[in-house]
Order: sequence, then structure tokens, then C-alpha cells
Amino acid sequence: MNKKFRVSDFLLRLAIYISALIAVLILVGIICYVFVRGIGTVNRTFLTTVTSAIKQTVGIAGNLLNTLYIIIITLLIATPIGVGAAIYLNEYAKPGKLVSIIEFTTETLSGIPSIIFGLFGMIFFGNTLKLGYSILTGAFTLTLMVLPLITRNTQEALRTVPDSYRSGALGMGATKWYMIRTILLPSSMSGIVTGIILAIGRIVGESAALLFTAGSGYLLPKFADSLTENIKILGQKALDPGGTLTIELYLQMQKGKYDTAFGIACVLIVIVLVINLLTKIAADKLKPVK
Amino acid sequence: MKNETHASVIGNRKNKAVVETVAQIIFTICATFAILAVASITIYMIVSGTPAIFKVGLKEILFSTQWSPAAKTTEPSFGILWVILTSIIGTTLAILIGVPIGILTAVFLAEVAPKKLAAIVKPAVELLAGIPSVVYGLLGIYLLSPLMYKLELAVFKGSGTHQFTGGANLLSAVIVLAIMILPTVINISETAIKAVPSHIKAASLALGASHIQTIFKTILPAAKSGIVTAVVLGVGRAIGEAMAITLVSGGGVNAPLPFNSVRFLTTAIVSEMGYAQGTHRQVLFTIGLVLFAFIMAINIILNKILKGVKDE
Repeated sequence: MNKKFRVSDFLLRLAIYISALIAVLILVGIICYVFVRGIGTVNRTFLTTVTSAIKQTVGIAGNLLNTLYIIIITLLIATPIGVGAAIYLNEYAKPGKLVSIIEFTTETLSGIPSIIFGLFGMIFFGNTLKLGYSILTGAFTLTLMVLPLITRNTQEALRTVPDSYRSGALGMGATKWYMIRTILLPSSMSGIVTGIILAIGRIVGESAALLFTAGSGYLLPKFADSLTENIKILGQKALDPGGTLTIELYLQMQKGKYDTAFGIACVLIVIVLVINLLTKIAADKLKPVK
Repeated sequence: MKNETHASVIGNRKNKAVVETVAQIIFTICATFAILAVASITIYMIVSGTPAIFKVGLKEILFSTQWSPAAKTTEPSFGILWVILTSIIGTTLAILIGVPIGILTAVFLAEVAPKKLAAIVKPAVELLAGIPSVVYGLLGIYLLSPLMYKLELAVFKGSGTHQFTGGANLLSAVIVLAIMILPTVINISETAIKAVPSHIKAASLALGASHIQTIFKTILPAAKSGIVTAVVLGVGRAIGEAMAITLVSGGGVNAPLPFNSVRFLTTAIVSEMGYAQGTHRQVLFTIGLVLFAFIMAINIILNKILKGVKDE
């Protein structure tokens, strides 16, 4: 039996191949181009010093520190709240108005563009709470942004914990809180960790929400000799403006300094790559034992 | 002795009850945090976005095309019609380019491609969804703009009236946006296509339909809701994107024609918020409010779609 040749089939198949080719070429091309163009700029001085006009060197150490700082503060606030919200939604709440409102607002939060978060952060944390342009303002703003990520991933993980675990623990006389602490949280660790890693990815890539909240400093704090002094300096730094890698990239691009910009882009892509790998590993390795 | 243990058990129970209640209260507070956040964002956007409307007039802001907020000699004017239209038209064009390519690529990955190839391409697409938007902007201004400038020179050769943009124009911004929504559209559509039960596909094939007919007449319609979600999320991403297109769109407030230097809702905020004062600053918040209204509308549509899926 001969297969019938259909013109429409042929054309559609052609369209599929062409689209896939375009998409894949563009997307893979982007990764390769940024990497090749930027890798030449990245060296030890670039990563470990700050830009200095006197020494004529370009460096992003200050921005790396700012990025790390914002990640840590944001996660310290967002993780407990996000996980707590997921526990409430999955373990305590009964389906009803409140739950549907919480779910709708969580959904909405993840859909609000970062520039709106930036505006809100600037007027609420910056002006109303008088934090001004500072790393703290930036971290608070980002907390709102990454909250849905952590909540949703924890919720997913809690859902996969079989009900027999819950009834088993409760049946043996454990209280609900004890059951959550010792059974549910360890079993859903993979989801929580995945949420955290995704949140880190979001923070590293964020720029519009930080431009008017965390500002654009690129200097490293002047570290003292004693540890207590250093802690004080770091605490003070949270109230100073500080630009992350993406902000610095934007500013360099605006100035037309493409070498530095591509260097930072290259560093960012490597970070995103590592984060993607970590997410995969977290999802595989920390799977609840069934 | 026996009494003592007894007492301690009772005490323990009381303590436990307190801990239980406290835990529940804390979790509830955590959960209401999202409501609190959305409510305060909404309130703050409205509170800071409306004063300018009263000061300048709603009609003047929304329907005037004249934008000269810092004019010293004449009355400053704050018309953002071009800005709104640019966002709408720019997003629409980006969707028209990005969505077909994205859905067909998803079809390719889920149905047509050999398993090994799909296993290589899929992670690359996922990686791109995580790439910071400024990187797309950097590539846009560095690679795309020069090409666009050449095209512009060719198209407007000998034209005396065209203002040359150096390649930073609506078309460049649209292309950057179209590329940026690709990963979102591909990932979500592919998941939707893969979730179509295999018996639907098998039934169609058994009736004698070719593979391609099956894809377009049964699988895609069955995955409709997921694909629509992908498109809506793509729209949301495109209309809310700021940093990637700030530089490639040019920045002039002009009619949204392909080779004009234009300003989007988002880029209008980014480019002037740093120094704007007084009414000018308030109008920028009004622009933010307009953008927020668009996004909320998209979110509500998306919520309706997702609910519809659940009810099915």
C-alpha cells in the first residue's frame, strides 16, 4: 500500500522543521555568542577586584558581593514565609474563600512584572519605611517576587508525601506540628530546595526591580582587621546602595563598554547554568524515599 | 511519684496545645502574606498613580500624543497615548512572531524530533528561560541594532523626512521580545502537548489520519488550554519586560511604526524615573498604574483559563 502524499502534511512538516531550526539556532546561538565574546574579559582581576580608574583595571568583585548579599537576605526572609504559607495551604486550610484568594494572589504575585515591584519597593520600602536606595530595600522587594516560587514548589512537594505518612504519625500520637516538623518537612525537602534554587536564579537575573531599590554601587566595603568590626561594616553595608551583576551590566551597556558588559553576561550565564544543574540534582537526589 | 508523672503529662499536653495553636497561627500569617503583598502593591500603585490624573486630566494623559514633561518655556504636556499604543502594538507583534515559532518548536520537541535530539535541545531551552533579560538587551543593542540600521538605510534611502534611529527602533524591540518569550512558550506548550493522553493520538492514527494531521487536528486541540496559558504568560512577559528593550527601542516618544524610535510603558518608567520631579514623576507612576491595569487584566484572564481547565 502506498502512503498517500499530502501537500498540506508536507507544508506543515516543513513549517515545524523551519520553526524548530530558527528557535534552536537563535537560542543556542545566544548562549555560544555571549560565552565566546565574554570569556576573554573574565580573569582573576575581573572577578576579584573593583573597577579602578587609577589602576586602569575593570573588576566586578563589589557587584558579586552585592548579588550574594541580596540573595542571602532575600532568602532568609522569603524561605520561612514561603514554606509556612505552603504548609498552611496544604495541611491546615480547608477549601474555601480564603484559600482561593491566597492562591489567586500567589498566582498574581508571580505574574506582576519586575518593574512594578521596583516602583512599589521604591515608594514603600524606600520612601515610606525610609530605607532609601539600599541593599535592604532591594532584598525586601525581591522577597515579594520570589515568594510564589518557594510557596508553589513546597506545595508541590507536600502533595507528593503520601497520606499514610500523616495518618501514621498522627495515629502514633504525634501532634500535628511534630508531624510536620519531623515527617513532612524532611520528605518535601527536594521541593523546598528546588524552590530556593529557582529563587536564586530569579534574583541573579533580576534588574528592573533593583534599579530603583538597591541602586547601583559597585565598590567593596573597606574591611577592617578585627572580625567584630567587619561584621559591623557588613551590617552598615545593608543600608548602602549596591548594584548587582545585572545592574552593572546594564550600566556598562549604557556607557557602550561592551567588553565589560559581555564579561558580566558571560559570568551570569555560567551562574544560570550552574543553577540549572543544581535544580536538576536537587530534584533527583532529594526525592522523598517511597 | 506516680502523681508527679501524671501532672507532668498534663502540663506537657497544655504546652503542646499552645505550641499547636501558635504553629497554626504562624502558618496562617505566612499564607496571608501573599494577600497582604498584592493588596499593598495595588493600593500603592493606585495612590501614587492617581494624583497626576487629577492634576493633568485623564483625557490629557491617556489620549494626548504630546510628551514634553520637562518643557520650561511652554506648558509641559504629559500625553502617553503613543507610549500605550507602542506597548500594545509591540507586544502584539512580538506574540505574532514568537508564538507560532514557539508552538511549532514545542510540537517538534514533543512529537517529531528524535528522542536524543530532544534530550539535548530541551535543557538548552530551559537554560534560556533563566537568562537575565539584560543579556537579551545587550545582544539586541550590540548585534541586532547594527543590522537594523543597515535595513533602515536601505528602506529609507533618499527619504528626506525620516528620522534615522541608528537601528534602535520598534522593530528591534519586537524581535528581542519575540525571542525572549520563546522559552516560556516552548516549555509550557511542550508540557501541554506531552500531557495529552496517548489514546487520543492512537485513536486518530487508527482512523487513518497521518501523523501531521493527528498533531494539528487532535493533539493540539486537546492541548488547547495549556497552549493558551503559554500564550497568555508570553503576553505578560512581553508587556512587562523593561530592561531588555530600554536601549534597543530607541526611547523617543513617537508613533509605533516599525522604524520609529519608540518608548514602551516599561521603558518610559526606567528611562526617566531616575531624575523626574514633581508632576513628571507622578505621571510616571500613572504609567506604572496603566501597566499594572494591563497585567491584572491578563492575570484574571489566566486565572479564568486555569479554572476552566480544573472544571473540565
